[in-house]
Amino acid sequence: MRELLLRLEAKAKEIRRYIVLMTAAAGSGHPGGSLSAADIVTALYFGVMRIDPKRPDDPNRDRFVLSKGHAAPLLYAALAERGFFPQRELMTLRKLGSRLQGHPDMRKLPGVEMSTGSLGQGLSAANGMALAGRLDGRDYRVYVLLGDGEIQEGQVWEAAMAATHYKLDSVTAFLDYNGLQIDGPVEEVMSLGRVADKWRAFGWHVIEIDGHDFVAILDAVREAKETKGKPTMVIARTIKGKGVSFMEHQVDWHGKAPKAEQASQALVELRRNFS
Amino acid sequence: MPEKIATREAYGRALVELGAENRDVVVLDADLAKSTKTIEFKKRFPERFFDFGVAEQNMMGTAAGLAAAGKVPFCSTFAVFASGRAFDQIRQSIAYTRLNVKICATHAGITVGEDGSSHQSVEDIALMRALPDMTVFVPADAVETVCAVRAAVAISGPVYIRLGRAPVPVLHGEDFVFHPGKAVLIKQGSDAAIIGTGIMVAPALDAAEILGQEGIKVRVLDVHTIKPLDVDAVVQAAQETGAVVTAEEHSIIGGLGSAVAEVLGENHPVPLKRVGIRDTFGESGKPAELLEKYGLTAQHLASAVKQVLNRKK
Repeated sequence: MRELLLRLEAKAKEIRRYIVLMTAAAGSGHPGGSLSAADIVTALYFGVMRIDPKRPDDPNRDRFVLSKGHAAPLLYAALAERGFFPQRELMTLRKLGSRLQGHPDMRKLPGVEMSTGSLGQGLSAANGMALAGRLDGRDYRVYVLLGDGEIQEGQVWEAAMAATHYKLDSVTAFLDYNGLQIDGPVEEVMSLGRVADKWRAFGWHVIEIDGHDFVAILDAVREAKETKGKPTMVIARTIKGKGVSFMEHQVDWHGKAPKAEQASQALVELRRNFS
Repeated sequence: MPEKIATREAYGRALVELGAENRDVVVLDADLAKSTKTIEFKKRFPERFFDFGVAEQNMMGTAAGLAAAGKVPFCSTFAVFASGRAFDQIRQSIAYTRLNVKICATHAGITVGEDGSSHQSVEDIALMRALPDMTVFVPADAVETVCAVRAAVAISGPVYIRLGRAPVPVLHGEDFVFHPGKAVLIKQGSDAAIIGTGIMVAPALDAAEILGQEGIKVRVLDVHTIKPLDVDAVVQAAQETGAVVTAEEHSIIGGLGSAVAEVLGENHPVPLKRVGIRDTFGESGKPAELLEKYGLTAQHLASAVKQVLNRKK
């Protein structure tokens, strides 16, 4: 376990570095929400999911749907680090002709399970994958990452209702609860209220964790696997921009790329932190 | 009088046949199974039928996930909700992803009748036709419906099939051969052409009959595939007759009339009259009353043909 935690910490640091490098090279993109969810996605890709980069179409693979598609740099960094495509390609993010579109395109890049970007649609897709798995008698699991602003979309609650109705216990959702959306603090823009109670009321098993604590993330995944007859929502308290001091808790870093000097400073910090 | 069957009825039966042949076919509905006729599939294959309640957006999104995992989902609801309420889900999760989802939308057009304009889709062809990689079928009768459903399964990618509520005449026989993307030359003629789709093909034939009695030879082209449009057949009809009328139970903006106007404008301009809903919403009434009021009868088509013939001279 100790070994796994060290490996996850090292990977998360590497992935955060790539997020900074990629968005800086692109000159645009969404570093804040990529950094906030970096530990969750690192844990899934390097400590949880049954996937094989050599067989991205394996019907028995676990699936991950990045419903908050603007965190594409995070997904791309994780996929490259996991071996789905060469790391050097990360620097083509958002460039003409690149497979690394501004928001993930499943038809361009291996390992991307669903094209996302228009918020609120990923949970429905994850439910569909879970239903198909059940029909085919496969035991794969489906993970989906939602943003906190994203769950203001009505479709999310339609999907939440359906996942319970169809008892989709192979679905585990993570809420990247960093508390900030483009126009400001979520509570000011459109408050989510008692968010855990809402998911419970929709019939979900709800786990609340610190989204930067790998032990808590891995424990939540285990608890979700053991929870039968209902889907699990892991509400992960996170820090927007986590790991880069001047980005942390700053709403402005939702969708702005670091300039060269800022990127250098961020990389220095990411070498120092978590090591 | 030929037998009359609603295209939604034919759809319900075709689905059951498909379900028996193909275990990957699954059917999704949004609380309208009795009306869309997917209930027939539900009765036979309950384990492969999923109701999503009154939540069309989630139904389309879930279909995308099912397709991504290898299933062949058929999604049904009324055309107005499928194309309107769930447009972004179709665009983002189904068309952009080129996933193998078949959207079979019933109760299209004003022949929904008494329910009124909130339920009468007059813009769904326009919306679906504008989406890259979307195939759009508008069957004219029960036979074409069965063929379109089967063709949809053979196509790897998103397909929209527009179906109706009201019974319509069966135009084709058992031996009918359906080629996706190929218009059917249903009646030969050299003076003018009516290019029709869906339930307007039958009145187009009636109009040709009426005009035939006056010695006017009208060609009737049945366009069951709006996208990809049979450009060759449309251009040929214009070249050989020199006057074209389009017929659709849909807005003249963005539907078949627009598609034909685009093709003729670029290839072979001739006098053209688009018969359809003239940029207005529908209303409550009996289907036949509405078709009369909104100008979608054989008589209306016949007078439209005379208009283009006058302009041809």
